[in-house]
Amino acid sequence: MANSDLLLEMKDITKIFPGVVALDRANLEVKRGEVHALVGENGAGKSTMIKILTGAYIRDAGTVIFDNEEVNFETPLLAQAKGISTIYQEINLVPLRSVAENIMMEHEPTRYGLINRRKLNAEARRLLTQIGIEIDVTKPLMDYNIAIQQMTAIARAISFKSKMVVMDEPTSSLDDQEVETLFESIRRLRADDVSVIFITHRLDELFEICDRITIMRDGKIIETTDMGSISKLELVSKMLGKDLGEIQKGGATSFSAPASRQIGENLLEANNLESSPDLVDVSLNVHAGEIVGLAGLLGAGRTETARVIFGADPIQTGEMRLKGERVRFDSPRDAIDAGIGYCAEDRKADGIVPLLSVRDNLTLALLPMLTRSGIIKREQQKEIVEKFIAMLGIKTSSADQLIRELSGGNQQKVLLARWLCMNPELLILDEPTRGIDIGAKGEIQKIISNLADEGVGVLMLTSEIEELTEGSNRVVVMRDRRTVEEFDLEEISQDGIMTAMAHGEAAEQLQEVAQ
Amino acid sequence: MTTSEQTAVKVERSNFGERFQKVRTYGMVIVLLLLVGFNIFRIYRVVSTNETIVENGNVTEAFVQALNSALNVNLTQVATIVIVAVGMTFVIATGGIDLSVGAIMAIAGQLAPLIFMGPIAERFGMAFANVLAIVVPIIIAGIFGLFNGLMVTKLKFQPIIATLIVFIGGRGIAQVLTNGYLQFFKNPDFQYIALGRPLGIPTQVYIMFIVVLVAWYVMRSTSFGQYVLAVGGNEKAARLAGVPVDKVKTAVYVISGALAGIAGLIVVAINSASDANLNGMLIELDAIAATAVGGTPLSGGQASILGTFLGALLIQMVKFTLLSIGVPYEFALVVNAGIILIAVYVQTKRTA
Amino acid sequence: MATIANNANQDTGTRKFQLSNLMRQQGALVFIIFIGVFVLASIIFGENFYSAYNIKTMLIYNSMLAFISLGMTFVIITGGIDLSVSSVAVLASMLAAWFSRFGLLPAIFVTIFFTTLVGFFNGIVIARWNIQPFIATLVTFMAARGLSLIMPKVFAIYMPVVLPGVPIELWANNVLDFSIIIDRTKNMQDILLDFGGIPIPIILMIAVYVIGEVALQFSRFGQRTLAIGGNEEASRLMGLPVRRVKVIVYSLSGALAGLSGVILAARSGVALPTEAVGWELQAIAAVVVGGTLLTGGRGSVISTLMGVLLLGLIFNILNFVNVGGFSLTVYWQSVIRGIFLFIVVLLQAPWSKRTG
Repeated sequence: MANSDLLLEMKDITKIFPGVVALDRANLEVKRGEVHALVGENGAGKSTMIKILTGAYIRDAGTVIFDNEEVNFETPLLAQAKGISTIYQEINLVPLRSVAENIMMEHEPTRYGLINRRKLNAEARRLLTQIGIEIDVTKPLMDYNIAIQQMTAIARAISFKSKMVVMDEPTSSLDDQEVETLFESIRRLRADDVSVIFITHRLDELFEICDRITIMRDGKIIETTDMGSISKLELVSKMLGKDLGEIQKGGATSFSAPASRQIGENLLEANNLESSPDLVDVSLNVHAGEIVGLAGLLGAGRTETARVIFGADPIQTGEMRLKGERVRFDSPRDAIDAGIGYCAEDRKADGIVPLLSVRDNLTLALLPMLTRSGIIKREQQKEIVEKFIAMLGIKTSSADQLIRELSGGNQQKVLLARWLCMNPELLILDEPTRGIDIGAKGEIQKIISNLADEGVGVLMLTSEIEELTEGSNRVVVMRDRRTVEEFDLEEISQDGIMTAMAHGEAAEQLQEVAQ
Repeated sequence: MTTSEQTAVKVERSNFGERFQKVRTYGMVIVLLLLVGFNIFRIYRVVSTNETIVENGNVTEAFVQALNSALNVNLTQVATIVIVAVGMTFVIATGGIDLSVGAIMAIAGQLAPLIFMGPIAERFGMAFANVLAIVVPIIIAGIFGLFNGLMVTKLKFQPIIATLIVFIGGRGIAQVLTNGYLQFFKNPDFQYIALGRPLGIPTQVYIMFIVVLVAWYVMRSTSFGQYVLAVGGNEKAARLAGVPVDKVKTAVYVISGALAGIAGLIVVAINSASDANLNGMLIELDAIAATAVGGTPLSGGQASILGTFLGALLIQMVKFTLLSIGVPYEFALVVNAGIILIAVYVQTKRTA
Repeated sequence: MATIANNANQDTGTRKFQLSNLMRQQGALVFIIFIGVFVLASIIFGENFYSAYNIKTMLIYNSMLAFISLGMTFVIITGGIDLSVSSVAVLASMLAAWFSRFGLLPAIFVTIFFTTLVGFFNGIVIARWNIQPFIATLVTFMAARGLSLIMPKVFAIYMPVVLPGVPIELWANNVLDFSIIIDRTKNMQDILLDFGGIPIPIILMIAVYVIGEVALQFSRFGQRTLAIGGNEEASRLMGLPVRRVKVIVYSLSGALAGLSGVILAARSGVALPTEAVGWELQAIAAVVVGGTLLTGGRGSVISTLMGVLLLGLIFNILNFVNVGGFSLTVYWQSVIRGIFLFIVVLLQAPWSKRTG
């Protein structure tokens, strides 16, 4: 029996990829004319869910009922034809064409077979007015900023009489005023009985614009509730799967006790780094021999911080000091020469060179030191490669095997070895144990521990709370592109971290306010 | 796609890829041997059924002579293509392309006679002029390559467009140097690079082998070779690993240009004339074809110098075989075009 | 109601013509330069230059380039390139010459039909087989050149001895054994006739360009070509029939090359395989000088015509230049074209798709 109050019902959706269950009997219900938030950290399954809805993936099990009709979208065009439009983070429009042309592409008003420009522009203007925007629609899309470009995408969605608009991270590149403009448009959509599925990591926004929220984790639906019925802290705890008030027992990771480490000099000092639009205000320190955990939800700006420190992206304002001296890195090479290493978050995109062997990937950064007048010293290279394969327990048939044939965990180990063999003084690790099986996870955590014990300073970006609470000497929390809170060893607690992520302030202050 | 999904997708094709490359190499060698064998057989037939030769009773002699000249002709024709194709392989391995090699050949070919037939020869002697006539054109060719590289790395032009500009303008420059007129000359010392026969093998064949060997060694055993593959394989990762991406990209265009310069010199040395209109015409196609047939993907990240070498030989043998059985030269053009198309098509299928 | 005025004026007036500002400016600029240069040259070189004969000759010659450049414009707008047009034009001239025995119209139709097929082949290879346009069309370039070299030989063998309209002496005295000679007094020459005082090729050129401009600006097809060149992936996601459009665009290029070849044959009276060398490069230069983005997504048909005329004018003038015995030869054209291209690509940089 169809519930006419519901525009969308996704029931028991299951999707399995080789080796991993992406969605496990997930349910999603969206009412007509509501703004519905869909949240979850990495691997939660929300993008898979959306892709199944919009026809980019095909589900393995479950039913999808849209507008009281059971549907089976096999291509995105079919979904669009039925009334579901998607706005992606990367604007899928044509920047060189005008705003009006983009909105009306493929359904331009015509007269005698030729496009009626007057009507085209008028219609585009009308649609934009509907969402609260008035601009010159004849100018090329690229003349406008991202916010307007997104409005254009929304206007296009409306032009196809969409009943539902899925917005994937629409605000990640917007400033406050632009966000407000976007929200105004969303409110109008809602007033017109158009539903919106809103995916974001910015907690504040959720509470401002959304009516209901569905929280996902590990391919399952955790909860669906009204925005008014849940607090920010509860939200964070559910996203991470950690109960509030729980005292960690310890032993969940393979880190050695942080307290036993000997902390040395201050290696890295970053003060008020800014790099628009990715970073607003970041400050942190890393000493030799300590592990600093960098925490934050997705979109908080951790990877951007790492890249800026490593010289992969430019700093606009702020300063960085290495052992007290001001430094400026214009490229990763500069940072590497200064003794810093960076193990990237996305192995596939930024880490491995897929067509090269394990040996070549491992020694890639080390090459300048492995050559004599340009010629690689093969015996030395072999020694080093074998040493690290053994040390890290890399499972590979031989050093010549193509790296892309290795499992994720082993690939990560090779990438880790790439930096370890450089003997860095400071090592930045971006999600070092993500997407890796338990066994390998533990091994890598041990390796990181050992590094710190040997005096290397480690900046560890991680989404796993246990790695923060058990492995770090200090925890720095980022929220919304700023560093908001710092915890010393004694202060580190799960609740504290989550509260900082949720609110940007320490738990004690909040409790004081509540009392 | 979450990371788990990404890593969960096993790449079984890579094993296939390795085996495919081996199969391909052996396949090319086999086809080559077949073609060579066929031609040897044909030559023997022609010689042994020729009445005059049979009468004179020196079939074996004639046969050996014919073989020799056939070998020479083929190696000579293929030498320039191989040299240029090796340079092209470097560029393609970084994910780029170089359309200007033909024009650069023409420029180098024009410069040499201008040097050794000009005032320098009179003032400093032929020997010096000849040396200069070899060194300077190669340097200038390298500079054109540098210009290509800078357009790609600093001005961020797409490689096709950047090298198209030099393709168009470069040939004009070559032609302008002598107003389109051919330069005829007779300079045995200079022409030794093409007409010399140390140990009975043409000099340019030696040059070709040296170029192939050096290139092979560089790709295999130097950090530069690694960098080239890394840049073509995953530029972002390479940059994060400290690889000097822009320098590497510029360098491969310089190499391509310089090698084209060498090839241009060989061509004019063979012909005893420099024709700016024809020198290197359409050679970029042959070079790309050899590279593609040889197994270097046009998307970069992998390179097979040996493959390029075999590919060039293969294409040459096909051309020669067709000609020897009476197919007109023009038709060979068409067939060549077809081979290139198929080679590139097969490649796109493989990397799809 | 939130009103956004984001560096945009609150323009709610209607705009009749949708050439983007830059495009319009560049096309107009080129036209002004063209007029200026023309006037200047007339003053300097006098009667010889602006005689009706010189102008007519120049225009007819450039009409051939103009047709090819029109096809090239659409191809480049979709982000591709067609390097085969010169060979296809030559092949067309040979076909036209051969079919001229049946009359002018049959010659035209058969030729254009055939070259459209060649273009269609290019389009399929590029759109379906996913082979880069420059390789695919370079291959066609080679094959067509080869064919055009073979044709005279093949047809020389199989031509019947007595041909209607061809004086037997001409045929018997076929000194140039790599060309096909056609009867100058019949058939093909008709296309060079004047119609109301203006040679037909020029009328055709203007007509074709007007149709082209209208198609680009006002037909859905034209909008699609611009979208595909601007962002192919987005276009695909927006539901555009990307493959179909590409095939059409290359077929069009082939057809126009065919038209060019017909004029070529008529004009010279012979069909030589050595003709039309470098025309594809001239077309690219004209398109780019006119303001179309070499990387695609933005362009104008009329501007291309301006580019053709300007470049044609400049190179026509070069024939008149003779300063102290130093005359700028044909070869300088390539250098100048290369420099033009470089400058224009550099200027187009803010809008072009770049590397890295």
